[in-house]
Amino acid sequence: MKKVYIYKGFERFWHWTQASLIIFLAFTGFEVHGTFTILGFEHAARYHRVASWMLIALIVFAIFWHFVTGEWRQYIPTTKKLKEQILYYAFGMFKGGHHPTQKTQLRKLNPLQRMVYLGFKLFLVPVTIISGVFYMLHKTIDQNNVVVIENIPLEGIALWHTLGAFLLIVFLVIHVYMTTTGHTPTSNIRAMITGYEELENEDENEETTTGEKPKSNHIQEEKK
Amino acid sequence: MKRSIIIVIGAVIIALVLTNVLHKEIYYNLKLEKLKQEYAIKPVASVDHSKFDVLQKSFDTPQEVTETCISCHTERHKEVMASSHWNWERVSYVEGRGVTATGKKNVLNNFCIGAQTNEQSCAKCHIGYGMSNDHFDFNNKRNVDCMVCHDNSDEYKKGASMAGYPDRSVNLSKVAQSVGQPSKTNCGSCHFNSGGGNNVKHGDLEQALLACSREVDVHMASNGMDMSCTNCHTAENHNIKGKLYSVSSTNTNRATCEQCHTNTPHFDPIINRHNAKVSCQACHIPEYAKVNATKMEWHWSDAGRLKDGKPYSEEDEMGNHNYLSIKGSFKWEKNVKPDYVWFNGTADHYVLGDTIKSIPVQMNTLFGSHDDGESKIIPVKIHRGDQIYDKVYNTLIQPRLYGPEKGDSAFWQDFNWEEAAEAGMKRVGLPYSGEFGFVETEMYWPVNHMVSTKDKAVSCAECHTREDEGRLAKLTGFYLPGRDHNKWLDWGGIFMFLASIAGVTIHTLIRVFMSIRNKKYEMKIIDYDSEN
Repeated sequence: MKKVYIYKGFERFWHWTQASLIIFLAFTGFEVHGTFTILGFEHAARYHRVASWMLIALIVFAIFWHFVTGEWRQYIPTTKKLKEQILYYAFGMFKGGHHPTQKTQLRKLNPLQRMVYLGFKLFLVPVTIISGVFYMLHKTIDQNNVVVIENIPLEGIALWHTLGAFLLIVFLVIHVYMTTTGHTPTSNIRAMITGYEELENEDENEETTTGEKPKSNHIQEEKK
Repeated sequence: MKRSIIIVIGAVIIALVLTNVLHKEIYYNLKLEKLKQEYAIKPVASVDHSKFDVLQKSFDTPQEVTETCISCHTERHKEVMASSHWNWERVSYVEGRGVTATGKKNVLNNFCIGAQTNEQSCAKCHIGYGMSNDHFDFNNKRNVDCMVCHDNSDEYKKGASMAGYPDRSVNLSKVAQSVGQPSKTNCGSCHFNSGGGNNVKHGDLEQALLACSREVDVHMASNGMDMSCTNCHTAENHNIKGKLYSVSSTNTNRATCEQCHTNTPHFDPIINRHNAKVSCQACHIPEYAKVNATKMEWHWSDAGRLKDGKPYSEEDEMGNHNYLSIKGSFKWEKNVKPDYVWFNGTADHYVLGDTIKSIPVQMNTLFGSHDDGESKIIPVKIHRGDQIYDKVYNTLIQPRLYGPEKGDSAFWQDFNWEEAAEAGMKRVGLPYSGEFGFVETEMYWPVNHMVSTKDKAVSCAECHTREDEGRLAKLTGFYLPGRDHNKWLDWGGIFMFLASIAGVTIHTLIRVFMSIRNKKYEMKIIDYDSEN
């Protein structure tokens, strides 16, 4: 086992801030939706708006970070060993088997994670955020102090936004649970906090010992 | 060292955030302050009519007063005679009718039904003298009543059942010398007492507004801005801004909140944006009839009961008549929460001779819907009741109610519906089959006055709620966040959520169970290394 610096500072900041914002937005959002009453509609709606702008700002930074660091490559989908990965979660792990894929700095996501996170980034978050922005800008005040209403029915916008919210919650439940499937139930979470994770020493892992070099080359290539 | 710096920086950031969150600065709404300043200055009359020589005499008839007014204000009577206060009708375009003249002359209401055949009594609220029947000369300038609106002495009052003439006790020369801008008393003499008593019709216009607190009406409060009717209902050439849709039809020349407060009066843009679909009144008039009760129901079908051959009356616990032999039974309510409807500023009315299309009969119809760009949600008082109608021709009946004495077929004297209906319909020139019944009716009164203080305004959650008591619970045709949701999506979403919880729980249980079975479960660490 080797201790490897796998999650960078910004990545960790982004992850936890996004997690807390999404949880807060879900909480206030479902109150606005009328599912329960805790803060009161007025406060819930107001806080929901503030938090939504914070999330949008954070995601803009995160997108920028993904591109300039080349980290976006981590999410290129692959079907290689996808089946094995699914079989591992469904059966293998109960027998105490190994993860079919090795986690490395350059490949920190397994094929299943790649698929799910890519879907999260390209479908789930955009659907929720775009519908949310439409929701917020459904009525605007123009320069003549006239309130302008968009020609799209709010009902459809709200439907997509609520669908996104439900899917995000389901993602959250499963995501949190899956973090317990590391070496130890808390090793993944600890890695996302400290940045360091103990990774297995195997053939493929040889790269990680010199991980810094190819990584930096890789980035330079990106820049070119 | 480094750690202490981080702690200090962290503490400073937290302190800054907390002071910003907890500190509430009072911002003055300068728009509002400016308006307050503007209306705090009460106008001073530029002339004193008591100093005019032509008014230094005693007047025998009110017409003499009018002639004297016209001797100086030579053209003003023309303006008055072009107004609906005089004509009791307006020519306007009405959806489904085209261009028509509608007004008190031909529209029925849900209270004393209609003025036709009852002019002697109803003309108490006509700005003219001598409208005792349908032969009133609308071109005779001598009959214009200047005093009812311009008397500033509180001396003038119209006589009961005197066809619009002043009460005999009125000192006409005192009134003539006092004239000036109309005050609340002038407008209120008709508009507060319409329907036969204080606050009967409107619910938001009544005598209490002459001296009320800010809680009752922020604008007219004696301890507030003490504004008068004409501050908002401004007039040019006697064409007064504002209309009431019990008789009016068009979206023109309306008195609006926005004319002073603008489209965007709030600091909060979210609230400002509501203005596109929600009228100011909808939130700022949480209830009406705040001081005295208003009539919510009027059942003519109960009228005519006699005790020992004589008419009688009964009172409810608030001291208002809930039964009168001449009028039927009533229901009064105080502090009423308005109903809400979509309204685009245009309306239709039940016009004499119309066939009944739906029950309850809509005495007036306020047009509007969510999808109509002009429409907003407005608060209304819905007045319900029943009225006499012709069973064969399926029309409402204009009964003859008022009569000076018995034996003149007037219902209020003889309590005979047959005769009253026949006499009334004959006068308005409509057929009457002889078979009458009573039909349910509804009338919509937009609520525009009794604006509450801002802390009493309707709160967000009173509409944005799934509760059945929500103020907009019955208003359909649009998606209201907090109230509306897609049932299928919600059930599906909750199912997915519960399924995911169940899934991970089962997965955990299998993991734990299998680990124990494989004897690899030691101190919650699955030791992969030992395997190698």
